[in-house]
Formats: sequence, structure tokens, C-alpha cells
Amino acid sequence: MNSVGTDMTENNLANSKLGSLQYDPAPESAAIAKLKSSYGLFINGKFTDPSKHEQFETINPATEKRLATISQGSTSDIDKAVKAARKAYDNVWSKTTGAERAKYLYRIARIIQERSRELAVVETLDNGKPIRESRDVDIPLAAAHFFYYAGWADKLEHAGFGNAPKPIGVAGQIIPWNFPLMMAAWKLAPALAAGNTCVLKPAETTPLSALLLGEILQQAGLPDGVVNIVTGDGATGSALVDHPGVDKIAFTGSTGVGRLIQQRVATSHKRLTLELGGKGANIVYEDAPIDEMIEGIIDGIFFNQGHVCCAGSRLLVQESIADDVLRRLVRRVEQLRVGDPMDKNTDIGAINSADQLKRIKELVAYGEQEGATRYTSSCELPKKGFWFAPTVFADVSQSHRIAREEIFGPVLSVLTFRTPEEAITKANNTNYGLACGVWSEKGSRTLWTAERLRAGVVWANTYNKFDPTSPFGGTRESGFGREGGKHGLEAYLNV
Amino acid sequence: MSDRLEVRKTYKLLINGAFPRSESGRSYEVTSAKGEFLANAAQGSRKDLRDAVVAARAAQAKWWSLSAYNRGQVIYRLAEMAESRSDELVEFVKLSEGVNSEKAKASVAKAIDRIVWYAGWTDKISQVLGGANPVSGPFYNFSVPKPSGVIGVITPQDSSLEGFVECVIAPLAAGNSVIALASEKRPIPAVLLGEMTETSDFPAGVLNIITGITSELAPELASHEDIDGIDLEGVSASFADELAFRAAGSIKRVLRPSKKNQKNSIHRLRAFVETSTVWHTIGQ
Amino acid sequence: MSTAPLRLVTPEDHSVVIQTSSQVPRIESETQLRSILATLSGVDSVGAEARVAKLATRSIKKSTKMAALDLAISMVDLTTLEGADTPGKVTSLCTKAMRPSPMDLSVPSVAAVCVYPDLVAHARAVLKGSSVAVAAVATSFPSGRASLNVKLMDVREAVANGADEIDMVIDRGAFLSGRIGQVYEEIVAVKQVCGNAHLKVILETGELVTYDNVRKASWIAMLAGADFIKTSTGKVPVAATQPVALVMLEAVRDFAETTGQIVGVKVAGGIRTAKDAIRYLVIVNETVGSTWMTPDLFRFGASSLLNDLLMQRLKQQRGTYIRPDEFSGD
Repeated sequence: MNSVGTDMTENNLANSKLGSLQYDPAPESAAIAKLKSSYGLFINGKFTDPSKHEQFETINPATEKRLATISQGSTSDIDKAVKAARKAYDNVWSKTTGAERAKYLYRIARIIQERSRELAVVETLDNGKPIRESRDVDIPLAAAHFFYYAGWADKLEHAGFGNAPKPIGVAGQIIPWNFPLMMAAWKLAPALAAGNTCVLKPAETTPLSALLLGEILQQAGLPDGVVNIVTGDGATGSALVDHPGVDKIAFTGSTGVGRLIQQRVATSHKRLTLELGGKGANIVYEDAPIDEMIEGIIDGIFFNQGHVCCAGSRLLVQESIADDVLRRLVRRVEQLRVGDPMDKNTDIGAINSADQLKRIKELVAYGEQEGATRYTSSCELPKKGFWFAPTVFADVSQSHRIAREEIFGPVLSVLTFRTPEEAITKANNTNYGLACGVWSEKGSRTLWTAERLRAGVVWANTYNKFDPTSPFGGTRESGFGREGGKHGLEAYLNV
Repeated sequence: MSDRLEVRKTYKLLINGAFPRSESGRSYEVTSAKGEFLANAAQGSRKDLRDAVVAARAAQAKWWSLSAYNRGQVIYRLAEMAESRSDELVEFVKLSEGVNSEKAKASVAKAIDRIVWYAGWTDKISQVLGGANPVSGPFYNFSVPKPSGVIGVITPQDSSLEGFVECVIAPLAAGNSVIALASEKRPIPAVLLGEMTETSDFPAGVLNIITGITSELAPELASHEDIDGIDLEGVSASFADELAFRAAGSIKRVLRPSKKNQKNSIHRLRAFVETSTVWHTIGQ
Repeated sequence: MSTAPLRLVTPEDHSVVIQTSSQVPRIESETQLRSILATLSGVDSVGAEARVAKLATRSIKKSTKMAALDLAISMVDLTTLEGADTPGKVTSLCTKAMRPSPMDLSVPSVAAVCVYPDLVAHARAVLKGSSVAVAAVATSFPSGRASLNVKLMDVREAVANGADEIDMVIDRGAFLSGRIGQVYEEIVAVKQVCGNAHLKVILETGELVTYDNVRKASWIAMLAGADFIKTSTGKVPVAATQPVALVMLEAVRDFAETTGQIVGVKVAGGIRTAKDAIRYLVIVNETVGSTWMTPDLFRFGASSLLNDLLMQRLKQQRGTYIRPDEFSGD
């Protein structure tokens, strides 16, 4: 590499590190996380050892290094947690006024804001997502969710569910690994605001930010048992789903597991909401604002390494501009900075687990076999850790597996359409129905398209935008129920 | 033991984020309910009001340009400030209203909780008061509540903090800026709360507080044409009639004192919003 | 727009694919100009501003920061455009331009000085023998409100006095009232009168207001033969902004890909801190790439910016925060 600061000719400056898109490492400090060596289960306001003394490790997917030892919650731990939640509900929380519940939630929101840097580092270490995203998206949204729902706790009679809507009781909540803290906030905040108590089961590969949240709940003075956090694998989640003391189950995860849960819960009294997978269509009309649209497609599929249920994983581009769009897209993909998630300049981080990486590779191999044209970034991938270079498949058709199955990785499938009708037909030609994007400068066409799309969320001239005031959720096999907005209260009220 | 001489506080107006004396130079005596001297409060004038309106008008655009989430956080921070200085507020509610410690404490606690209640409304008003309208025809139609603008509030004469909070924080939560006339005889808790807005990230001019003689200032407030709405809570029924008549000159929104005790009613939010409805064609 | 064959993109050409065979189209009428502009895509302002906000989070440290600071210094057009300018003021400015830091000769000189036409000859004399160019604002700067004859005379005199570069203003009144043909023709006329001097066309983006207008005006200027497109005169309240720079850089990128012509970008007005300057360089880097990372194709029109660049450079070397008086106030 050229040495800098000696030869000041124009050429050298142009070829300097800045000019060729290389930036010096700008690492965030892992020490800020203050990780413990091992963590217990958070039950009845305290961290306790698991009943069967079983443990497992959580690793950093970018380096494969161990981060901490986590407790495996057994069936009896789940039982303890549910009993603690029930007791807290009967004796304390159901007797706490809305105004007081609100103040607890405001405190939690504030402490998340105060400890935001620590939480962002923990999230990036455990999940593999870039520190820029944890810092600028995950943590602020988590705080905002608590803030928003705090404000509903003492206003439930204005939410449109009647004069005095009541909570359901004890909620069992199972969350995924893609937005660990944010998902915890999406579940806990409305449930607590509405007056329920909770047992939360974080994902197996990303328990740390939830455990840190347990500490925050202690700092906020939340009464014992109102929230319980039981870490573990699928078996722990099963135990929670099956426990007769739980009145409501909320699950975010794959459609496959969602189906099983719905089957198990079908014969019980439990209320259920599901937020499952998707194969979002990003529809680009020929009059789309070109540069912002390219960014939007990139954000739609490569944000969070594509580990997003609502990812715009199918690009439906109007055929008249398809070549130009593809050319610009491929050029832009090549600019994505893939690497150390703790570097503040990283755009794309690590794949969350070996399992997920295997699945992505299988589907991508299938895509090649099916005859799609593959473009993959030539970026260098680190030797250790789980990585997949951003990939675009062109010449994809509706019958290809990569157009139908959720890959949940940084892989975009590009299809074309001729007319708005065709765009809608293709977009809706899936059993999923979570999110779609529409790109056009013509308002009437955008609204016409949005009206006809079978999707819980439609983004126009933008993508992957979340806000606690905006209801989020799917149609058909993407699940049912909404999180966010006043609609998000319904899942946790006895209405 | 030697008695240390206290450094006494001067109580001034709050206009555009600063604390000036009245441009008229006048002041008037404020005493406790029992008649003890408390302070020489600024006696606000017509020109002070004029300055406050100019400040409030400019500030309202800035206030509305913040996200609803932001406005909620600012108002919540006011509650944080009030909580941390609640001893001071309790002392002056006690002195101003002539109630005992227990009642004063309960009143301050209630006032702070009401600030928190309104803080939580900023990002929900449009969800409750607005919505999509299913018109006949291929149109996307939705109604959005926007703030009326600059609101003049004649705050209650007797309830020196709770009443002040109720009448002032509500229009702020809806996105308006406010010029508040404090209680004539019991202004100090309001002035204290005004000081706390200055450490709560309120943009300058969003809340302005004028102390003085209500019968002198209220008519000015009611007839000032660049005020969009007026809350008459702090005047008698007959005076309210006169003021409402003046307000009609510029078609102000007028909120009369409420006779019903509506717990958790949002009529104070509804009073100072304008529903704006947008139609957009739907078609290929 | 041509369609390049699709292929796997290699790291070297992640920036811009410049056509070697195309040409700048000859515009015969306003109608033709209008039809070319109609093929341009609109700009979604939310998206453009979001892109800029994300680029502003880039953390530029250590050797990258040093390189960026030196690059920025070499890209400055050190400017004085006041009614009260005197030969004495211009002498100070030029001295500083050649040697920004007398205590440290490794600091590069700036790209150019920028003055009013009647001070060009004096600047020229002071700068004799140095690498610093003389840019003159002309065409009834800053308003542009005069007849074409007067504006061309302004340019002729500046060129005759020795200006290496001319910074002209477009007629915003003509643009905003739809007379884009007139805007185009005036630029063509000025270019002809420039001779060997290179032409920067000031769009005055603060008066154009919308990003769509900035995109259109950029293309009009480039089609008319601009060597550089420039954001602002610095004399109206709204000057250079990062989203505007983004839109202009996208325009020069697309123009290069369509016509093979490479046009530079100058941001001017309100850029006071090294932090801001580095943010602009990041936008250049990630929009058009290394080709434009040179004073030949990117400039900062500024005055107080230089001292902040010097301060930050010294801070990087010493490791402590520096007092402003360390540097000359010129």
C-alpha cells in the first residue's frame, strides 16, 4: 500500500487508502460489554442456577470464540418461571394501576438509553450484526418500543377495545436470534403495558442482550416475577408452549416451527400470535427514483445480512429497466463492506450460526442448478467465523426454489414483470404475505399496488423501516397478529 | 447559632426561553394563602404578551417539526425535573393554597403523574383522532390531527399546580405552543415549572408564562389575532362570556371551563387540533 | 442510456464504467434539451438524505484521516469575495494559499484562490511560480442578473487578466421560469469566451431548492460543456449540503457513463470544519470512487475550512487539541 503523507502528487492521493475505498480499522471496544463468564436464569427477580445444572456456550459467530456459558432451562425451570409470573400477576401486577405500570416501563426505556452502548456491543458480539446497526437501529428501537407502550398503559380505554379492557394473564414469549433485544422489547413492552406478566425464552444463539435486560429490569425496580427470562434451546421453548399455566403464546420465528406451535396450542385455551417467515417482493416500476431505489433494494435484502423475516428477497423489476437496474445493483453490491462486525465501517456482518450458513449455501447451490445467473461480491471473507458474500441471482423465474423458499441470508432473487397487474400477480404468488416494497414516483400507482398486495406491511420508496407506532405483522403463512401501534395491544388484552 | 441570611429569589416572566422582567417595569405582591409576603412577581403587560406571541409562533414550527416520539420524551423529561424538585413544588403549593403537607404532596404527585400521562399521548393522538376513511371511489383518504398553532391559556386561579399542568401540558402534547397566564394570586408553582422546562430540552418559545393581573391580561389574550385558540379555565363564567366574544373576532377556537369531571378525558387534546384530510387517487 | 454487457464485477471497477466511445449530444433546441432531461429519474429526497446520513457514520481514523486531511487541503479553493477586498487582503490570502503552514512544509498547497475579476491580475502576480491556480467569479456574480453581453464582458476581462478558472453563475430566474434553453445557451457562450480557462458552473442549489432541480441543472450545465459543476455562490442563506453533493456526484457519474465526459464537482459555502470536509470526501469516494478523488475533479470553496483542516492535521500528529492561534488568521 502507498505510504501516506510523503508524496503529495495528485495520483498518490487518489490512490491513497481513502481513494480506493479502504478505511483504516475503526473498531469498537469489546470490553464495553462487561460480559460475565456464565449466566443463570432470571426467575422471580433474581438470577438463579438451572435446576438440572445443564449449560451450553454462546459464541461470537464472527470469530467462533466462546462468549459465555448459558443455562439450559429445563421443564421444571419453566414451571418455576410460569408460577412466578402467575403469582406476580395475581398478587402484584394486576393490582398495579396503569399509571404505575407506565412509570416502570418509562424507567426501563430510560435505562436502555443510558446503557445503549453496552447493549449495542453485546448484541453485535452475540449476533454478528454490524455495530453500526446495533447502535443506530436495534437499541434505539428497543428503547422506543418501551417508551411508546409505557404511554398506553394508563390509556387503554382510548385504544378502541372498550371502556376497561383487561389483560390476559401470563404470556409465554419465544423470540428469534435476528434482532434479539428488539424482539424482546416488541414482546415485553405491550404485554406489560396491558397488565400481563411474562416468561420470555430468548433464542439459543443470542441470549446475552436479554440477560442484560434482566439486569436492567432489576435496576428499574420491576416487581419480582413480572418478567422472567429462561434461556435454553428448542426444548425449553416447547416446555413453555405446553405449560398449562400460560394464557397466551407469542412466537416469532420460522413458519415451520410456527405451524407446530399452532397445532400444539389448538386444543388448549391459549391465545396465540405468530410472526413467521416471508419472501418479500420489492416491486420496481420504471419511473422509480433510480439511485434511492438501488439503495432501497440493497437495504431490503442485505440489511442484517438478510436475516429479516420481511426482507425484500425478491426483486420484481419492470422489464424495460431491468438491465440498467441489474448493472447498478451489481456495482453497488461490490461496494458493500463485509467483515468484522465490531468495525464501525462494516456494512455486512457474520451469518448467525453454522446451521444457518449451511442452509444458505444449500439454497444458493440449488439456485445455480436451477439455471439462474449468479453474481457474488468479490469481497474477501475472514477465515474464521460464518460468512456469506452478498449474492444476486438474475434470470430467476417464479418456479425456481430460490423464488419461493425463504433463504434468510444475503441472497437476492431478481425477476421481471411487464405490467402492474403482472407485478401484483407475481408478488402475491406465494403462501407468505409479510412485507412488500413499491418503487415509483407516481402516487396513484403506488397506492393502487399497495391496495392489491397481500402483505401486512407495504413500504413505498423505502424499505425495512420500523417504528413502535406502526403495526407490523403478516398475512397467510407469515403469521397473524400485529406488533406496534395500538393494534399491538390486542394480542395482550382479553378482548 | 448565627442565622444565615437567605438569598431570595426573584420571580420573572418566561418568554422565548429567557426570564425577563416585565417591559413595563411593574411588579405586584404575591402572598401566601395566609397573607405572608412571598414575592414581588412581574406584572405582565400587553407588550409582554405581544412578545410572547411572536416567540410562540416561531417556536411552534420548530416544536411540530420534532418527531412525536421526541416531543413525548421532552415532556417526560419535564416530569423527571419536577420529580427531582418536588420538595420545592410541595412547599409552594402548600404556601400558595394554604393546604397541609400531606395534601400538597398528593397534589404535586398528581400533577407530575399528569405530565407523564400527557407525555405518553404525543405519539398516539393521530392514532386515536385520525384514521383512514372509506370514501366511495378510488381514493386513498386519511385524516390527520394537526395542532391549531399558538394557544393562549388562562390557567385556574385556585389550583396552582395541578390545574396549571392540566391546561398547559395538553395543548403542548398536541403540538401547539402555549402562552399561559398564571394564576394571579398563586403564580409561583407555575413559574417554577416554567424554570424546569428550560432544563427539559423544550425549544425556546414553546411554553411562555406571564404572571400578572388576569382581568388586565385576559382580554388582550382573547383579542390578539395571531393566537389560534384560547382556554378560559381561569375566569368566571361572566368574564368568560366577554372573552369568548372578543375571541370570536378572529374566529379563535374557544375552550370553556368544563363542568363535568371527566377522568382521563382527552377533550383538552381534541380542543386544539385541526383535522386535515387528504385524498389521493388510486389507479395504474 | 447504453446497456453494458453484464459480467461479474471486479474490485477495480466498482466505481464508474466510463464509456470511451460515446459523445456529448449536440443540442439544437430547447425541445430537444427538455426531452433529454425527461429521461432523468427523479430524486426521492427521503432516500437521498438517508443515504447521506448513513455515509456520515463512516469512522475515518488514523492514516485514512491523515490522507483525507491532506487531500482536502489540496482541494481547497481559498476564497475571498467581499466588497471590502483590497490588494493587501488578496496578498495575505495568496501567501497562505501557497504555504498554509509556514511551520510545516509538508502541508500541501491549496488548489486555487478564488477572487473577483478586478483582483485577478494582482493575485496572479503574488502567486507567480507556484502551483496555485487563480479562479475568478464572473457573469455578474453572485446574482447573475444582467444582460448576456455584460456577463460575457465580465468573463473576457477576467480571462484577459490571467484567470486560470472561471466560476460562472447560471440564470436561476430563467431556470425557475422554464427557460432552460436560455440557461443552456448562456453556458455555451461563456465556455466559448473562456478560451483555455476551465469553467465551473455555479447552480446556486439553495435557490433551486429541490433535488430534482439540482439534477436537471447539473445535466444542463454538463451538456453545455461545464468542466465543473459547483453548488453555490456562498452569498445566499442555503449553500452546499451533503445531499445536494450526492445528487451532483450521481449526475457526473451517470454523465461519464453515458457520454465519456468527466466533469468535476465543487462544493462551496458553509463548509467550515474538517469533519464536514471528510464527510464530503466519503460521499465522493462511495458515489464515484477514486477517479474523482483529486483536486482536478473535486474542490472545496471555502475560507475558514483551511484552518480547521490544519488544526486537525496537527492534532493527529501531536495527539492533543490545538489552539486556533497556532495558525495565521488569513
